[in-house]
Amino acid sequence: MKSYTKIISCIAAMSIMTTLTACGKKNNSEQNAVSEGQNGQTAEKNVTVRFLNFKPEAAPVYEEIAQAYKDETGNTLIVETAANNTYEQTLSAKMSTPEAPVIFQINGPRGYANWRDYCLDLTDSDIYNHLIDKTSAVSANGMAYGIPYAVEGYGIIYNDEIMQRYFALENRKTDFVSMDEVNSYEELKALVEDMQANAKELGIKGVFAATSLKSGDDWRWTTHLANIPIHREFADNQIDLTGEGVKTLNFAYGENYRNIFDLYLNNSTLDRKMLGSKITDESMAEFALGECAMVQNGSWAWSQISSVPGNTISEENIRMMPIYMGLEGEENQGLCIGTENFLCINSAAKPEEQQAAKDFLFWLYSSETGKDMVVNKLGFIAPFDTFTDTEKPTDPLSREVLRWMDKENAETIPWSFTVFPSQNFKNDFGAALLQYAQGSRDWNYVTETVRSSWETESSML
Amino acid sequence: MKRNLHPYFPLFVLPTLLAFIISFLIPFAMGIYLSFCKFTTVANASWTGLENYRRIFSDSSFTNALWFTVKFTVVSVITVNIFAFLLALALTKGLRGTNVFRTIFFMPNLIGGIVLGYIWNLIINGVLGFFGTDITYKAAYGFWGLVILTNWQLIGYMMVIYIAGLQNIPRDITEAAEIDGASRWQIIWRITIPMVMPSVTICTFLTLTNSFKLFDQNLALTAGAPGKETAMLALDIYNTFYGRPGWQGAGQAKAVIFFIIAAAIAFIQLRLTEGKAAKER
Repeated sequence: MKSYTKIISCIAAMSIMTTLTACGKKNNSEQNAVSEGQNGQTAEKNVTVRFLNFKPEAAPVYEEIAQAYKDETGNTLIVETAANNTYEQTLSAKMSTPEAPVIFQINGPRGYANWRDYCLDLTDSDIYNHLIDKTSAVSANGMAYGIPYAVEGYGIIYNDEIMQRYFALENRKTDFVSMDEVNSYEELKALVEDMQANAKELGIKGVFAATSLKSGDDWRWTTHLANIPIHREFADNQIDLTGEGVKTLNFAYGENYRNIFDLYLNNSTLDRKMLGSKITDESMAEFALGECAMVQNGSWAWSQISSVPGNTISEENIRMMPIYMGLEGEENQGLCIGTENFLCINSAAKPEEQQAAKDFLFWLYSSETGKDMVVNKLGFIAPFDTFTDTEKPTDPLSREVLRWMDKENAETIPWSFTVFPSQNFKNDFGAALLQYAQGSRDWNYVTETVRSSWETESSML
Repeated sequence: MKRNLHPYFPLFVLPTLLAFIISFLIPFAMGIYLSFCKFTTVANASWTGLENYRRIFSDSSFTNALWFTVKFTVVSVITVNIFAFLLALALTKGLRGTNVFRTIFFMPNLIGGIVLGYIWNLIINGVLGFFGTDITYKAAYGFWGLVILTNWQLIGYMMVIYIAGLQNIPRDITEAAEIDGASRWQIIWRITIPMVMPSVTICTFLTLTNSFKLFDQNLALTAGAPGKETAMLALDIYNTFYGRPGWQGAGQAKAVIFFIIAAAIAFIQLRLTEGKAAKER
């Protein structure tokens, strides 16, 4: 009996030992890898850089970039991608692990406020020195912490084929013969309402794609659309966007917002009571399939549109126009062009990793291979002077953004929504918009929600 | 044998104890510590005292979520257990196809919460679509949607537990009662239910904690719409933690309060039903 017990305990003890040593081994091998990396760095400089990518649609391209970078420089780039709308969560989780990203991104001054403990000063980096517009970087106390890497633009995307069909209609009530003639809210309204009345003849379900208002999918209205009236309000009051002035908002141009929002709701593929479960992808699919003529979105949407199975839109028929909402002087309004993508380097990373990260970023935005990837694969309009005029993306929507940027008398609206106080504000706003669309609340409620939520959320920063 | 093994007790317990410490005790202690801190990631916390707990009540989202959760929990605990018990009664009567039905009723439990949430979202919106509206229109729609979903998911599981309880009732007791002239209702009320009290304890405990902690079904079905009116506690904590920069600490504080409430309810509930079960015996 006694020997039997001994055997059991021996086996148990041994199995525990093996598990423990197995754990130990793993740690050892990881440590080896790190120390090899460090040794290698002094000799032939190969450090591993971890990059947490924000754009899920660009994930395969970043894999290619990592491969190209390895081939050309021998350095390793590990790209990890956060799933749609989960960047902050993924970043918070990863940041406290040993595998913390060395390169990550923030969405502007608000993101910086949250991540300032981890943002390295990039004022002396090559990538910052080649940035064309230094003021576009996220900076504090005269030092640059976030470098914008892609300029994007948004507006109302329309399908010119359907517009031509409309212009050819005999019984239409408007006199427009081209979209270039539409440059104010009144004209847009007349055009859209007449198109909606003739929807059947045009072969569409509605002029605008469904106003996706599902919670979490309402960003086209709570950030992008809201940018225009709120930017105007800040401009009127000459508010410094980096100062305390952004902490209160009157929503003075709320009525203008309501103008265009009503136009979207009332001339759409879907009844306004049914919008609470619609997501952006569905709206984009409607547009791609030719079920509607217009949709509000931006230059990043081309890959989404072109990848919808059975899409009927050809590259030359997809266009973009400014969002008119009846603001003064809007005849000269251009697209909303800017960025909410800023690259940062982790200040908690090892110095050699930080250096390697800077080297990688400069390589990506200055070497021939890197630039080719940025322009042709990622499709970014890069804001650096290392890019020549011919090195611009060629997808139809980026082309439209560039066309509007070059247009004389077209006043580009910057992306002021990077100073919106928090996601919670956007959620409150989106929920109020949905209730307004469904008819259970009036517009006053929306205005009140915007004002009060802006104030509470700002006071907490 | 027992005495011989005794010296090795620490050795045998060690792996489990380590796992318990690493995956439960340490995170738990850290979580409580973090609820008194301002932090972005768990590595850069700075002490702020009770500030986070004050912030929780600076807006109504937490109290709303708490109230909604309580209402939801009460309704779903009652409905799930009644339906599960009735099903179990029906499926122990020796009807044809009993096993097929048991399997079918159990199956919803095998589907993950997020998937269930989206499926029911489609179904409910499909039905409400006939009336020109959808689930985000009124908080009541979301509430009953969640109740239906939870019922659909949990009934099968609880039914299995009740069936096991029912099958353990000795036939001779019910037979004796029948001979003594007890009605069917009397048999259920005086014999069956007291005899399955242990199952009732387990089932109410499981439904109570499951409904109270509900997260993925809530996220997928309504995500709180309209507004935040149908957000339950877990979802509200998640939104606070990730949706508001600088509020991570407040989210953590809400989580601590959530834990205390959940633990208290579970404790009281166990005490009550255990005492009752013991008395009936």
